[in-house]
Amino acid sequence: MSLTSAHSVVAPSPTSKRVAGTIIVLYALISIVPLLWIFATSFKTPPDSIAYPPKILFQPSLEGYCNLFSTRTRQTPEYINSLGPATGVCDETVRKRNMVIAGPSNFMPRFVNSLIIAFGSTFCAVFLGTLSAYGFSRFKVPLADDLLFFILSTRMMPPIAVAIPIYLMYRELGLSDTALGMILLYTAVNVSLAVWLLKGFIDEIPREYEEAAMIDGYTRLQAFWRTVLPQATTGIAATAIFCLIFAWNEYAFAALLTSGTAQTAPPFIPTIIGEGGQDWPAVAAGTTIFLVPILVFTILLRKQLLRGITFGAVRK
Amino acid sequence: MSRATLGTGHSSDKFHCRDDQVTEAGLTMLNRTADSVARATPEPLARKVRGISDKGLAWLFISPTILLLLAINIFPLFWAIYLSFTNYRANRPNEVVRNVGLANYKRILGDQDIWIAMQTTAHFVFWTILLQTLIGFTLAWLIDRKFRGHAFWTTIILVPMMLSPAVVGNFWRFLYEPQIGLFAYAISFVTGIPATQIGMLSNVSLAPWSIVIVDTWMWTPYVMLICLAGLRSIPEYIYEAAEVDRASNWRQFWSITLPMALPFIMLAVLFRGIENFKMFDMVNLLTGGGPGSTTEVASITLKRQAFESWRTGYSSAFAIILFVAVFGLANIYVKALNKVKQR
Repeated sequence: MSLTSAHSVVAPSPTSKRVAGTIIVLYALISIVPLLWIFATSFKTPPDSIAYPPKILFQPSLEGYCNLFSTRTRQTPEYINSLGPATGVCDETVRKRNMVIAGPSNFMPRFVNSLIIAFGSTFCAVFLGTLSAYGFSRFKVPLADDLLFFILSTRMMPPIAVAIPIYLMYRELGLSDTALGMILLYTAVNVSLAVWLLKGFIDEIPREYEEAAMIDGYTRLQAFWRTVLPQATTGIAATAIFCLIFAWNEYAFAALLTSGTAQTAPPFIPTIIGEGGQDWPAVAAGTTIFLVPILVFTILLRKQLLRGITFGAVRK
Repeated sequence: MSRATLGTGHSSDKFHCRDDQVTEAGLTMLNRTADSVARATPEPLARKVRGISDKGLAWLFISPTILLLLAINIFPLFWAIYLSFTNYRANRPNEVVRNVGLANYKRILGDQDIWIAMQTTAHFVFWTILLQTLIGFTLAWLIDRKFRGHAFWTTIILVPMMLSPAVVGNFWRFLYEPQIGLFAYAISFVTGIPATQIGMLSNVSLAPWSIVIVDTWMWTPYVMLICLAGLRSIPEYIYEAAEVDRASNWRQFWSITLPMALPFIMLAVLFRGIENFKMFDMVNLLTGGGPGSTTEVASITLKRQAFESWRTGYSSAFAIILFVAVFGLANIYVKALNKVKQR
């Protein structure tokens, strides 16, 4: 579609462009405020975070991050004075509140769980998805449409509905609260997205490449490995990022099926509490750390976003 | 055999020519029959080459996925169907399981609370979709003016939808706090109502709107992105022709822009509809269904029945009813969508 040009009779007028631009910028700024607020709150002290009216200007503090990564115990000022000099920023911050650091919090292990489960399930889903997508794209598979529809329909079930029997099944198999169980479950959820997206990407690679390779003496497998895979790299990478984002953000299964050793960050972050209620700076710090990877991926994915969120239904 | 004969009738040709016609590609996705032409017959040549036959390879490639889905999705589904006819309780695994026939289903359909939850879900789905479609389409329509910097601002607008609904929903609890929250402060700043009276999460009549607002904030960009693709798929020459015919801007909007973008809008509504019907994470962390049960959407009821009251049989029956409802409504909707597309 290269019909659009500067001389087009239907090009929007400068005024309408300016009005549209202003409205969009306003919307963008308002919609980003909650995120900026999360970021700002993570650098506030607990008293600053609950001040009224809400503080826009404040003295930045690392207390939220310190509280996020540590557990603390309250001590008498005499005891704290009897200790040697503070050993770091966090130690110093915490001592001002008459507390000492007792040990690391559960945040790191939960974050690591999120990483293991998200990357593990993404690898499995993309691996299985690439094979299936190639199969559906290149071979005559009996009942292919029914199978593809079946693969998609598994995604329509409400997560809680799936969680009831999975909970019982995992209890029987000893997979409750294990990383393996969560990886299997997320792989199953993501594989539908992977198959649909990758089928679209592989459909776009001309078959002639493989056929030429096969005439040159490659087997079908070698042709797949040496000609199709290299050309599908962008598609595979985009698909992987979408699977990663889903697994990273997932809450319902994680909240119902994990409680301790395999718990991921999303069900953990809301449980961070301080003295007398939720420790909002610590929650904000955890949320910030948790959201940053997604922000990076969103920017990387800009061009493939549309395709990813519609299961490959809309392409650009 | 030459390359030319090998290349005929292949799916790649089909997809190449429709790269720009996104509507076409978009609507085939749930259409079970449309793509059958795309899978060309395997070449006889392929069978002659060394290694596994194509048929074997196809199954080798596809079966792991199917097996995984059978194990993690379909087997549990059948288990849930079985459980829905029993009085099983997951917290009492040693009790004798009795077959109760259709009793669970009858009780659900006669249960006042379930109907209230369905109404809450309907309210949530209706208003979120209405607001997201109106705002999302308007934003897309404005962005399509291609003002300077539109790509950058579009990316900024897209950010909320990529974030974890649970983690963000949790943080909105803080923004909604009447005494300290930014949202309450902003509203009281604009309207003059004291911030302490704006208890979005504690007020029975405001709480249902609190979840609508967060969902709309998060997912309007999603609808916007799909609408934008729809607007960009409209060929320029149609507008040029309308301009020659001296059609007013208003007329052009109603006769060209809206009808041609309609399949995209409907696709966005389909995806959002399915997702919001299943809504759990954001609502669970924001309100937990409360106050009372004013924001108890179907998934929250299901969780309360299944994982708090441990009525496994009963909740399985409710899960099956929900699944059939989503599946049935989605199928009816896709039929309507295909009709619009063919027009």
